[in-house]
Amino acid sequence: MGRMPKWADAVLVPLLSLIIAFVISGLVILAIGEDPVEALKIMVTGALGSTYGWGYTLYYATNFIFTGLAVAIAFHAGLFNIGGEGQATLGGLGVAIACLMLPWPHWSLALLASVVLSAAFGAAWAAVPAWLQAKRGSHIVITTIMFNFIAAALLNYLLVNVMRPRGQMDPASARFPAETNLPDLHQMLGWIGIPFAKGTPANVSLFVALIACVVVWAIIWRTRLGYEIRSFGKSEKAAIYAGISPVRITMYAMLISGALSGLMAVNTVQGEANRLLLNSVEGAGFIGIAVALMGRSHPVGVFFAALLFGFLYQGGAELALWTKIPRELITVIQALVILFTGALDEMVRAPLKRMFLASGRGGQ
Amino acid sequence: MGGADISGRQASAAPFAIELRGISKAFGPVQANKDISIQVAKGSIHGIIGENGAGKSTLMSILYGFYKADAGEIVIDGRVTSIPDSQSAIRAGIGMVFQHFKLVQNFTVLENVILGAEEGGMLAPSLAKARKVLADLAREYELDVDPDALIEDLSVGHQQRVEILKALYRQADILILDEPTGVLTPAEADHLFRILKGLRDQGKTIILITHKLREIMETTDTVSVMRRGTMVATVRTAETSPEELAELMVGRKVLLQVEKKPATPGQTVLEVENLRVRDPQGVERLKGISLTIRAGEILGIAGVAGNGQSELLEVLGGIARGTGTIRLNGRELDLTGRHSDGQSRRADGIAHVPEDRQVLGLIMDFTAWENVAFGYHHAPEYQKSALLMDNDAIRADCEKKMATFDVRPPIPTLAAKNFSGGNQQKIVVAREIERNPDLLLVGQPTRGVDIGAIEFIHKQIVALRDAGKAVLLVSVELDEIMSLADRIAVMFDGRIMGERLPDQTNERELGLLMAGVSGEAA
Repeated sequence: MGRMPKWADAVLVPLLSLIIAFVISGLVILAIGEDPVEALKIMVTGALGSTYGWGYTLYYATNFIFTGLAVAIAFHAGLFNIGGEGQATLGGLGVAIACLMLPWPHWSLALLASVVLSAAFGAAWAAVPAWLQAKRGSHIVITTIMFNFIAAALLNYLLVNVMRPRGQMDPASARFPAETNLPDLHQMLGWIGIPFAKGTPANVSLFVALIACVVVWAIIWRTRLGYEIRSFGKSEKAAIYAGISPVRITMYAMLISGALSGLMAVNTVQGEANRLLLNSVEGAGFIGIAVALMGRSHPVGVFFAALLFGFLYQGGAELALWTKIPRELITVIQALVILFTGALDEMVRAPLKRMFLASGRGGQ
Repeated sequence: MGGADISGRQASAAPFAIELRGISKAFGPVQANKDISIQVAKGSIHGIIGENGAGKSTLMSILYGFYKADAGEIVIDGRVTSIPDSQSAIRAGIGMVFQHFKLVQNFTVLENVILGAEEGGMLAPSLAKARKVLADLAREYELDVDPDALIEDLSVGHQQRVEILKALYRQADILILDEPTGVLTPAEADHLFRILKGLRDQGKTIILITHKLREIMETTDTVSVMRRGTMVATVRTAETSPEELAELMVGRKVLLQVEKKPATPGQTVLEVENLRVRDPQGVERLKGISLTIRAGEILGIAGVAGNGQSELLEVLGGIARGTGTIRLNGRELDLTGRHSDGQSRRADGIAHVPEDRQVLGLIMDFTAWENVAFGYHHAPEYQKSALLMDNDAIRADCEKKMATFDVRPPIPTLAAKNFSGGNQQKIVVAREIERNPDLLLVGQPTRGVDIGAIEFIHKQIVALRDAGKAVLLVSVELDEIMSLADRIAVMFDGRIMGERLPDQTNERELGLLMAGVSGEAA
């Protein structure tokens, strides 16, 4: 049959959506009197043209991999977790506690502790909406959104009243001990003799994110739990027929999802800031939704989509630095990419499908 | 109109109500209709019969303007007519009664009838006119329905009458009915056929699409048989037989009767006492069911859909919760607690071929091999380690089952939705029967399944019985119950109205029980 091949759905559709988004962005830039070709050049060289640019791009991408995977695994269970912000905020709290709690002798042990605690805190924050959904039928979209606000308020309270060192003016935790500082890409690549720019925030968390991609892939497609999650996500009725408990799957899927969101904080809090700040998540929880949509909820897709959004973040910052294009416009470009790759991709897929159908008929 | 060409055609053709000439329609590379020509005489009932996927629905959709044919022409009353949309079909005098009714549930009969045929901005004149027309139609054709009743309060049979009235109100001369008896009791079906014959006698033309040979034999004047997109034969009903029609449909000889030896029931496997189930709205769906099934026996549950059969299967299969007692091989089963789910039932030795394979039995987006493990994904032979499933083992098992059950195409990596209805059902039946359960629950095993696969699935069920297992068979097809079951229980309104032996009862008696008339009164 002239059906659309899988590669076209996975590669061609997002690629075309992306091109459309960029073309429209170009028109907008043109409309405010700037040169879109020049703008693109600045974005590409700024984000990918040097190891310095890559250092930032990969740092952002690391965040988006975690939150993208979090949304993706919930999607597989048919759940829409938009509480990544809140779960990552709580993850940050876990990282801060891990780093300040004990005098760690080496960064690797500190990393292990912060990975465990950030995941646990993120999962715990997701567990409440999950339980409300599973047991009470409270819609998870509503509850996870509300939990974002609660998380922000909670962190605000803790930073101002509990964690702020005496005499410090800004609402932030104490600086973490130097032993907990994670090696950045400059250091790590230096060990194997590859030159990489100094002073970029990309750090060892990137590799934690890559491991997370593999683990999530294995969970979804190789384990019984993943099989049950996917069954439940495709058809709750059929899942019940097969004896799969909706409560159990909702809880597990959201716990894993929350844990992944929480892990994001290892990158930002321990890897970059070295202390817990207000709003260290910076919207990455929401970008994760676009990343998961664009990546078709597949870890490989999530990885590439995260890379793209990392590029947009870093390229956008460069754009604001070197041109008169206002910062707000960068948000517009990001929004257009989200709109076309996430929300409107059926617009590209439908005609593409017809084309393949027609060519299939011609080939018969 | 009025050209010489048209009058010339009219002269040459007999007065056919509908004539299709060389209709072809392809969906992508799939040729759904290939060069189809039929002639339907005015004032006749013309049956169209064929297996699922034979192209009946496509053909009727072309006739009703849902699809545009790639080639060929439609001639109505001797005039070549183009039907680009359903409005044109209605204007050409074609009325369609769909399998799934298209009625607004909280509107009255009258409001539904005029919906889309209102005249002017105010409703009152249209309603008054419709009321009068409806009264005339009711008198003429036994089509009496209370015009002020809400649709949701009407029985399925009456709702169907409203659909017919809707078509007649739009002055349809040609009525197309798609599988009209699927949801009716035998008595309601008989009434429908009386109405159809009345309409025919008044000069209306009726096209009846069905897969039930008996209905074709009883009601039609001529019958066309479709197979794989082509029209293989059109014959006078009086000159053919069910066997011949079945052979034409499938393309080979088919056993219409299930061959089975007399049952040799052993000890009791399933004992159900005073089983009650409430739906999520709190309405009691099972009102105290008691029944037993012994080893080596098929108990058939007859009844019109929606009288508690689904709930019975669901509570036995661990999908719904209930009260009462269920004993399997003497051991009492959990009906409300931790061990009342599907996994526990499977562990207890109950396998379940659910009524709706597309909603319950299969995950349509999953591959065939993933579906083969569905519900049995904890089985030790499917595990690689404590955490990981052994996908290769499942795939190999799927290949084996596909071979044993003749699933076509035998490709484990194909998604379930890409198999035909019959092959989907074979996947489900293979999965459940191959577990060698003590009790097999089977709901509507052959709904939407082609004749060839029906024969195969029936044989498998009988083979399981002969292997000394208990089978609970729920079906709305009375023929299926009559030929497969060793005992028949009839359900109505959540109760069992009575039990009969297939060779000591008949359709009339079962039909009365299905309609809620108790055994003594019948």
